[in-house]
Amino acid sequence: MEEELMNKKRPIISTGGRGPAAGEKKRLPMAARYAINAVLVLVVLVIGELMIDGGAITRYQSTVLEQVGVYIILAVSLNIATGYLGQLPLGHAGFMSVGAYGCAIFVMRMGDLLGVGMRDFTTGTPLSILIVIAGLVFGGLCAAIAGVIIGIPALRLKGDYLAIITLAFAEIIRVVMLNIDSVLGFTLTRGAKGLTGIPGYSSFLLVFGCVALVCFLIHTMMKSRHGRAILAIRDNEIAAEASGVNTTYYKTLAFVVSAFFAGVAGGLYAGCIGVLQPAYFGFMKSIEILVMVVLGGMGSMLGSALSATVLTILPEALRAFSEYRMIVYAVVLILVMIFRPQGLLGSYDFSLSRIIERVMNRDFPWKKKAESAAKEAAGEGVSADAER
Amino acid sequence: MALLSVRDLHVSYGAIKAVRGISFDINEGEIVTLIGANGAGKSTTLNTVAGLIKPESGTVEFDGASVVGVPAHKVVQRGMALCPEGRRVFTQMSVAENLEMGGYTRSDAENKETLEKVYSHFPRLKERRTQVAGTLSGGEQQMLAMGRALMSRPRLLMLDEPSMGLAPILVQEIFEIVKQLNEAGTTILLVEQNANMALSIADRAYVLEIGTIKKTGTGAELLVDDDVRKAYLGG
Repeated sequence: MEEELMNKKRPIISTGGRGPAAGEKKRLPMAARYAINAVLVLVVLVIGELMIDGGAITRYQSTVLEQVGVYIILAVSLNIATGYLGQLPLGHAGFMSVGAYGCAIFVMRMGDLLGVGMRDFTTGTPLSILIVIAGLVFGGLCAAIAGVIIGIPALRLKGDYLAIITLAFAEIIRVVMLNIDSVLGFTLTRGAKGLTGIPGYSSFLLVFGCVALVCFLIHTMMKSRHGRAILAIRDNEIAAEASGVNTTYYKTLAFVVSAFFAGVAGGLYAGCIGVLQPAYFGFMKSIEILVMVVLGGMGSMLGSALSATVLTILPEALRAFSEYRMIVYAVVLILVMIFRPQGLLGSYDFSLSRIIERVMNRDFPWKKKAESAAKEAAGEGVSADAER
Repeated sequence: MALLSVRDLHVSYGAIKAVRGISFDINEGEIVTLIGANGAGKSTTLNTVAGLIKPESGTVEFDGASVVGVPAHKVVQRGMALCPEGRRVFTQMSVAENLEMGGYTRSDAENKETLEKVYSHFPRLKERRTQVAGTLSGGEQQMLAMGRALMSRPRLLMLDEPSMGLAPILVQEIFEIVKQLNEAGTTILLVEQNANMALSIADRAYVLEIGTIKKTGTGAELLVDDDVRKAYLGG
């Protein structure tokens, strides 16, 4: 998740383009990279959990944290469709709601069936954890199916047309959630009354475990051959097709993966809030998620995560000035768009391994500057060594 | 037997007929060029052969098998590569990554080998292999687009207006490379508005006018043909 995924100034894949000194550079083995990152994630999770158990984080704060995690997943998943595929879907809340209802209903029904009570879900008995994980996957799959149904017709369009059609589909989903009970003749979503009695299965550990897993999966996907195909489509669809990339397939795949993770986030959201109403998943929710991606920098996973964090905490922190908080929110957005239209981080992505490698090679920015100055003096010219 | 044979091809965009019954052949090892004015149907023909557009009627046979209705990404696997008009490179990827994308249908081992070959044809690309493609000059981008098409190891390379928007000296360089590629064994179908240059390197040529073939002959014949001179070569 922390690897550089794409960059305007630096290449994405290093094969064949490692620069002249490729042979001498020390590199971290892949296993070590994964190990370092995995340990770090575990440390953060354990510290967070200990702080909650010890009371350093209040219940209110941990609920906000869980929501932060949910929004990180939403932003990072939307980033697949906007940042990597280069499309502009406006219906992410629709997929989120499908996942939320799918997961909540699955967990409630299975809980009844297997005799797992509300309290078991909050304390987290092994069976309940299993049900919740199955529920999250189920919610994700429901959203992915919705993604296929919407993606196949929608992805024939581009730009604003795609935005409008996805927006319309998300509204259709919302209306379906509202009225499905009376059409089917039995209780499923409970319509406008709202689905209540959802066990509070979302915990700090579960949410942030999912965040880490989702980031890892997206990262590996984008590093693979499939990811490269998706990036190629963003850069130039016709050239991608002419190079042998099945563009229809990969566009749909990116869209569906994006929907799947949005569904998982929806499932976590349901367990966090405890009540679901179709009205939660309106147009504004989609916009909110899109704003997070655009603000953080399209194509930057760290950017999406950071801005999701800030934009979730900001309204909570400004609750005391509730009359003004929407103004502050809007002003922040306007300022960022004026002074940094590419988003806070542009397409930069943080990579711990890259930093460690740099230290291993003693390749510090200040040293590099001196080196290139020496090179220029020697009349070699600055060759395009991408690995600054 | 011809490597590519197109028979009575008709292509329309909605109500507009762009290509009205074109037939031509390309033999293995030839450079064949389609020349003609804007809107003659040259690029449409090329895109149809490459599978980007579906024809209304007619047949396209490559190496004895029909490729009509085969999507573009599968056409690449059959051994035809299109270098699209207007230097469509992957702007945010490096030169090396662009080339790797070109070898998308091939294995890594094959790509390693082809990459060296492409670099030998385009030494400039090797120098700039870590540079981001969007920052290359027009000529370099054209070379990159051609190199990328070559990465799929095509038997037939289709070039759509490689000289477009390039300085005359670069046009010369590009055509020199096209000739080299042909000598190295790649059959080439070239679509050009720069008729003079195209005819001078082509074995055979077809002159297109409003979607039909007006004239055909060897490159040298057409270069001195009165009608062609008047219409396309400036007298």
